[in-house]
Amino acid sequence: MTAGLNLFEQQARNRRLTVAWMALFILFFAWLGFGGDLAIYLAAAARTEGQVPYRFPWIGVAVTVVAAIAAWVAWRKGPQQVLWSTGAREIATPQSFEEKQFVDVVEEMAVATGLPKPKVYVIDDPDPNAFATGRDPQTACIAATTGLLAILNREELQAVIAHEMGHVRNFDVRLMTVIAALVGVIVVLSNGMGRILRGGGGRSLGLLGRGRKANGPLLAAAAVVFVLWIITLILAPFISRIMAMAVSRDREYLADATGAELTRNPGALASALEKIETHEAPTTHIKEGAAHLCIADPLGRDVNSREGRLADLLATHPPMAMRITRLKGMAFQQLKAAGQLPTA
Amino acid sequence: MGTILFLVVVVALILWIVGAYNGLIALKNQTVNAWKQIDVQLKRRHDLIPNLVNTVKGSMNFEKDTLDAVVSARSRAMQSGAGGDVKETAAAETALTGALGKLFVVMERYPDLKSSQNVRDLQEELSSTENKIAFARQFYNDVATGYNTKQQQFPTNLVAGLARAEIAELWEIEDKAERAVPTVDLSLQKPQG
Repeated sequence: MTAGLNLFEQQARNRRLTVAWMALFILFFAWLGFGGDLAIYLAAAARTEGQVPYRFPWIGVAVTVVAAIAAWVAWRKGPQQVLWSTGAREIATPQSFEEKQFVDVVEEMAVATGLPKPKVYVIDDPDPNAFATGRDPQTACIAATTGLLAILNREELQAVIAHEMGHVRNFDVRLMTVIAALVGVIVVLSNGMGRILRGGGGRSLGLLGRGRKANGPLLAAAAVVFVLWIITLILAPFISRIMAMAVSRDREYLADATGAELTRNPGALASALEKIETHEAPTTHIKEGAAHLCIADPLGRDVNSREGRLADLLATHPPMAMRITRLKGMAFQQLKAAGQLPTA
Repeated sequence: MGTILFLVVVVALILWIVGAYNGLIALKNQTVNAWKQIDVQLKRRHDLIPNLVNTVKGSMNFEKDTLDAVVSARSRAMQSGAGGDVKETAAAETALTGALGKLFVVMERYPDLKSSQNVRDLQEELSSTENKIAFARQFYNDVATGYNTKQQQFPTNLVAGLARAEIAELWEIEDKAERAVPTVDLSLQKPQG
């Protein structure tokens, strides 16, 4: 029952991570908004020898309100948007034998986890891939490409869906939806503020430089705050993406393990991953925004096949070879436990 | 001072009893619900079998024994299901699984059956139902084990009588290979070296 215990620890960890991300996000926007206000205030104080009338922190309040609205919309609409961007269509009534088998396998995994059956989507793309999205098990969706349905046999398909169901059960889908929503808002706001700054850039710099009788230390403080503010604005999209990728990589190993626990058949997932890897080509229908959700990196990026510092920083998925090796290890343990190892 | 301390202890004790009691009741209901899920899948299988038998009957005149075995195993499984005894139901359903497996093997010998879309769909439907039964059983066993452990462990076992908790019977697995559970490495650590 250790696996069960680990599940609850994992769900608790995902909830904590979700809260931590929210907190980080709020702090970041507070800094983005009120930091700008602070720089302007300090600059004004430097010119007027500390005699500044009270000034309402407009930038801070505006940024916070915009961010809150954007995050809420992304949270509510995120899963649908991901599905829409990949051109996925829901299978209401299966049109072919493959689709019927796909729906059946999803139902089987829903039974195995004791969760409601997720909505099933298919993407017309020859490259094999699959992903899960949603806010919680009740709103979960599982999507697979037609290529995946074509090349995998029933057991392998079941293993891949078990992996995706693992994401649903472990609340990975919620964490990923939150992160995708927040990263999206950071990117949009950072771009937007950059554009505003470039437009009104001359004015704000003038505020810093053209002070008659300026107070030296206060002006320096204003300049430091302003420079830090600009740097965060530029780096924010980059840093937030790297953090999202790190979270995503952890989750892949875990979903592999959960999938093996559900089907009691780690060998099938290993052979499915092998097949997916040999067919590896960029999945044209899955855009970068959904890459971290997929079972295999849809962009076919080189970093995802390597171990090492740079790969650890930039890859959304652990190296395929490592995942396959781990699964084969589990399959070996299973054979050993059943006493079915061939005697050498 | 002493009275306050005494009251605090009493209130804490009552709160704990309420919590433990409610926890056991929740687990009990989960176990009952998980059992119902197996029932749903078993009933689905019972409903599908006449369909399959009627479809293949024409092409499989020579295999009357195999078909009869499936039909009688089905009616026996339905009877013991109505009786509600876990062990008996499990045995009857396992027998039905065996009879169906034999039928599927025999069907492989009939190329016109294998190529028929209708038979293929039915076979997929049945094997999916078989899988769902197995997974529902696996889920029931996990939930029931959790419930059993909770009511036997100290100190929850002290309120087990109050909550009328009884040991839930597990759905035994006959097949030895199915018993093996993969060792799952959840440590997320990279292997050394």
